Amino acid sequence: MSRQMTGAEMVIAALQDQGVEVLFGYPGGSVLPIYDEIFKQEKIRHVLVRHEQGAVHAAEGYARSTGKVGAVLVTSGPGATNAVTGLTDALLDSIPLVCITGQVPTHLIGNDAFQECDTVGITRPCTKHNWLVKRIEDLPRILHEAFHVAKSGRPGPVVIDIPKDVQFATGTYHGPKNIQHKTYRPKVKGDMDAIRHAVQMIGKAHRPIFYTGGGVINSGPHASQLLRELVKTTGFPITSTLMGLGAYPGNDEQFLGMLGMHGTLEANMAMHESDLIVCVGARFDDRITGRLDAFAPHAKKIHIDIDPSSINKIIKVDVPIVGDVGHVLEDMIRVWKQTQPTIDKAALQKWWDKIAVWRGRKCLAYRASDEIIKPQYAIQRLREAVKGKDVYFTTEVGQHQMWAAQFLKFDEPNRWMTSGGLGTMGYGIPAAVGVQMAHPNSLVIDIAGEASVMMTMQEISTAVQYRLPIKIFILNNHYMGMVRQWQELLHGGRYSESYSEALPDFVKLAEAMGGVGIRCEKPSELDAAIAEMIAVKKPVIFDCVVDPAENCFPMIPSGKAHNEMLFGEAVENIGDVIDEKGKMLV
Amino acid sequence: MNTTHYPSAHIFQSPETHTLSVVVDNEPGVLARVVGLFSGRGYNIESLTVSETEHEKHLSRITIVTTGTPMVIEQIKNQLDRLVPVHRVVDLTVSGKVLARELALIKVKGKGEARVEALRLGDAFRARVVDATTESFVFEITGKSDKIDEFVGLMGPLGLVEYSRTGVAAISRGPEAS
Repeated sequence: MSRQMTGAEMVIAALQDQGVEVLFGYPGGSVLPIYDEIFKQEKIRHVLVRHEQGAVHAAEGYARSTGKVGAVLVTSGPGATNAVTGLTDALLDSIPLVCITGQVPTHLIGNDAFQECDTVGITRPCTKHNWLVKRIEDLPRILHEAFHVAKSGRPGPVVIDIPKDVQFATGTYHGPKNIQHKTYRPKVKGDMDAIRHAVQMIGKAHRPIFYTGGGVINSGPHASQLLRELVKTTGFPITSTLMGLGAYPGNDEQFLGMLGMHGTLEANMAMHESDLIVCVGARFDDRITGRLDAFAPHAKKIHIDIDPSSINKIIKVDVPIVGDVGHVLEDMIRVWKQTQPTIDKAALQKWWDKIAVWRGRKCLAYRASDEIIKPQYAIQRLREAVKGKDVYFTTEVGQHQMWAAQFLKFDEPNRWMTSGGLGTMGYGIPAAVGVQMAHPNSLVIDIAGEASVMMTMQEISTAVQYRLPIKIFILNNHYMGMVRQWQELLHGGRYSESYSEALPDFVKLAEAMGGVGIRCEKPSELDAAIAEMIAVKKPVIFDCVVDPAENCFPMIPSGKAHNEMLFGEAVENIGDVIDEKGKMLV
Repeated sequence: MNTTHYPSAHIFQSPETHTLSVVVDNEPGVLARVVGLFSGRGYNIESLTVSETEHEKHLSRITIVTTGTPMVIEQIKNQLDRLVPVHRVVDLTVSGKVLARELALIKVKGKGEARVEALRLGDAFRARVVDATTESFVFEITGKSDKIDEFVGLMGPLGLVEYSRTGVAAISRGPEAS
């Protein structure tokens, strides 16, 4: 179906045809024609954020919690540059986004016009792909191509930069049918020989482990189901990255918890001592591997990833399988059923016995207090309070994020939104806005730190405007906690610029912005305060004043291997544990 | 002992030089994407040549000579292949049948014996004289990069003024398209 319309109308038509229901944005001179079209229609809801970074994070929250493409609309110049952090965040975490930016009219491009910037130049390294649309004839094709590129293969953010004269120009619009890209054809089916080989290796393993990541979530809920089936069939232990939490039930016996720098002892030791690692949709990130030359020294590695460039990037693997996790797992399970490999049950039992010893050390244990709220305790109480509820969590970045990852247990995918790759402080509030837009009747909680919150707290105002009852649960320790922890462990306790001297009164702040503020300072009052927070049908800032000196353990220090972890009790001799070279790293 | 979190030194591999042929859609910004990938990820470019090769299909061929360990070369190829406007990436060095040539224009100034010697060497290297004055020549020379290196080296003491090189253009031998 083709119709005559303006570029601005095409944008709205394409968004509708692509199933976009919510658009996060901020108007400005170069996108006024598109905003005019938004005004004239009712199918797409526009959410006016308070800063463009918030628009992108909100779209990320929306995308992560629904599996759909997030949509963003911002103006030229500062609108585009403010979006850059969010775009980079989405690129690192493989989140599908389409970000439409306005641009000055084509004849002014290159003239340093008002609110002009080289948007495609600036966003080239922080998007999966981007386009500057100079001719109205190209606009419909590019709009549909953009959605295709964003959501297929390894998902990621894309930018479409549309000059204002192209928005005004008239052309022929056509729908999303028969869009076949000339060059871009991601591979989804895995190589069958590699899959057969992998199944054989799984059958022969004595000390195996599944190491899973965000790729499972991105592949869709079906992939999580298949993962569960495969893990149950094999009886193997499984660990997950920060990004993959929820793909496998957090409370299941076979789940060892998160691995990596702040992962559990059992997960990291199992990786270290394993003879087979089955990596499913994860990418051997430096937070996971620790010291590379000591990473899983005895293990053969199978790596399932949709992005060929993830294979052998950091860790050389034995069996690479390029393909979509869902497709590959389906084939693996089929081959498994056909070939019926016989697992060495005795060896596997010995492996589980070993894991039981590591588990027995209870690496997440912390010293409880009835004087002061321990941050871990606060998250545990929060977890208890939301049990059985339809709940989504977002986080900021830092200690609170790691504690949340350690202590919350997720049974389903798409319930956990956190900035993993880029580590963007300020992610949580706008992401919660996006999640709550997608799930208006669910409980959406941002586990936050007081420093992160200060970075994007203007979005509370957005939540108030759209009556989004998000809960901002601040573990307030008055420090940039993770910075303070590293300064304590690595820089002789010199807390350079990591203390927040002038924090707002968060209760009053919440009230000033039109929400509800709750403060809690005593462990004995925590449960009642959390219950009150959940009951309130408005945005809430919960100022949970916690122990400022608490550190996040376990921890693999810089430059150390999986079997060289630090624990809460071992803090005194930290000086011997981290060497000079380790201090160079972050 | 290596104590870094980050990739690179974990397996020692010696660097190799590879010639990659990258066929891309000739759209605005495609070269910036390729070059930005190399600078952004810290890869080397020793030589880069680009020009439209099939006008109707809007295709360009980018020839890149790069060095890196085998793992890095594999990364470079995968990263290039993942760029949306890239049709295909061919490692001509791996296919083993690479035909690589470069063209250079070399300006030499001199009189007397040096001038005669420059002309004689030009002949020996099958360089053509494409511009001449009573006190200078411009040579045009085509060949492998090391041949050009050698010729430029010889011209040094004979009055070399400046020179310009195209960078390597490469294609595979035999009847098949690479």
